[in-house]
Amino acid sequence: MQQSFFTVDENVQIAKKVYKMTLLGDTSAITAPGQFVNLKLDGSFLRRPISVCDRADGMLTIVYKVVGGGTEKMAAYEKGTRLDILTGLGNGYDTSLSGEAPLLLGGGVGVPPLYLLCKELIQQGKRPTVILGFNTKEEVFYEKEFEALGAAVTVTTVDGSYGQQGFVTDALPSHYTHFYTCGPEPMLKAVHRATETDGQLSFEERMGCGFGACMGCSCKTLTGYKRICKEGPVMRKGEILW
Amino acid sequence: MVKTSVSLGSWVLDNPIIPASGTFGYGYEFAELYDINCLGSFSFKGTTREPRFGNPTPRIAECPSGMINSVGLQNPGLEKVVTEELPKLKACFHKPVIANVCGFSPEEYAEVAARLSEEEQVGLLEVNISCPNLHAGGVNFGSSPESAAEITARVKAVSKKPVYIKLSPNVTDIVSIAKACEAEGADGLTMINTLLGMRIDIARRRPVVANKMGGFSGDAIFPVALRCVYQVYEAVSIPIIGMGGISSAEQVIEMMLAGARAVEVGAANLVNPYASRDIVAALPAAMEKYGIQNLEDIIGGAHG
Repeated sequence: MQQSFFTVDENVQIAKKVYKMTLLGDTSAITAPGQFVNLKLDGSFLRRPISVCDRADGMLTIVYKVVGGGTEKMAAYEKGTRLDILTGLGNGYDTSLSGEAPLLLGGGVGVPPLYLLCKELIQQGKRPTVILGFNTKEEVFYEKEFEALGAAVTVTTVDGSYGQQGFVTDALPSHYTHFYTCGPEPMLKAVHRATETDGQLSFEERMGCGFGACMGCSCKTLTGYKRICKEGPVMRKGEILW
Repeated sequence: MVKTSVSLGSWVLDNPIIPASGTFGYGYEFAELYDINCLGSFSFKGTTREPRFGNPTPRIAECPSGMINSVGLQNPGLEKVVTEELPKLKACFHKPVIANVCGFSPEEYAEVAARLSEEEQVGLLEVNISCPNLHAGGVNFGSSPESAAEITARVKAVSKKPVYIKLSPNVTDIVSIAKACEAEGADGLTMINTLLGMRIDIARRRPVVANKMGGFSGDAIFPVALRCVYQVYEAVSIPIIGMGGISSAEQVIEMMLAGARAVEVGAANLVNPYASRDIVAALPAAMEKYGIQNLEDIIGGAHG
């Protein structure tokens, strides 16, 4: 974990209620895809945990959905805004378990952390299949970005207004070596049920601190009590109590 | 050179800054960031006899100038705290610590207190009496002078270390409860615990936290905490550790002027992991600014 200041470089809407923010600052504490950052917003007491979508030396990209007062404020931040951010939080995805043909399943604002994961898997010579699920066409984002990385991408929408009609689990390929997923809990449960390989699931919870001190985001697992912010947000399929 | 040390009975702390129980775990998360030996002490997570998972999630809610938590005393239980957590803690913190004692019956308080007070690392016990009495309909022990006195007496009878009772502000008359604890031999008081509060998610039309209500802490409660310390200081002669919404060196001075001998820093640690260290670092300059040479001189200084 590291506390440092970032400067907003770009903050643009990319889908219904979904924004992409690029920030300039020290990203050296971010060590794995699936980790998150925790942003201090003027006028809010608690920080806002947001998953890392992409990182490069000196540059951080987050993609977030406006769901309340805090994210509304974030959406209004202009280029040059200075933000106090904790980086390198949580236990991310382990790419060493992926096998040759990993499957990446993202739902809604669960899609962003899979982008850096996909990028790293491709850099390692893996051939990821990506399935991105949304409710409807106007919520779809990052299809082209994943394609540009060189991944095979399928988009599903619940109402069929874009891509394949249905849920991400309706588009599972016949062969994959390991799965990685992030999305709303009903989707994670469906993925957990429908997949035949081992995999890693990223969870979300309301957090106090985001770095393991307050026990606000604890959950029970087959391997004991875990903190979503510290031992998570990524958990192995085999430890989840479903 | 200003003097920041303060005494709690025979224990002299280098400075009065103590991270509050439940906001600092067992110190490791913070020890990764800075040398936590700069702190006066710290109060580790509340201990119950049995391991506890605590309440269902969500446990946290954002509030104007504060937060609500309903963690529900998650902790690994007395045995593991003594055999695993305290030895690990000893490796990163070399000063005496404050053991926060919880219970759901007078017997449990006594058992936890007796065991923790035997630990060499423990400087004093902080007894959280804001726990529900499971044998009396779930009413908090801290809500009446009689039950607060009973817990004080039970813990005092078995403790080898000074016993500080942590008072709840969710009462009609905090002064009468403080006096009842003093009468039963409490060596000191820590105050205040969180204020009972709640938030409702207006989109779902349901409480935000699963337990419906929780403890409100953070900047917003500082005036309430200060008032409680001020009132109790006038009524008792035992030391008071003040807490509630402290996030700056100036607030430390303000709390000490109200009557606190030391302070705990709680919610601020969760927002700024360096908060306690920063307050320790800022304290000498703040003292100089207000012409304070020795912190001990200002305790209760606002009382006419």
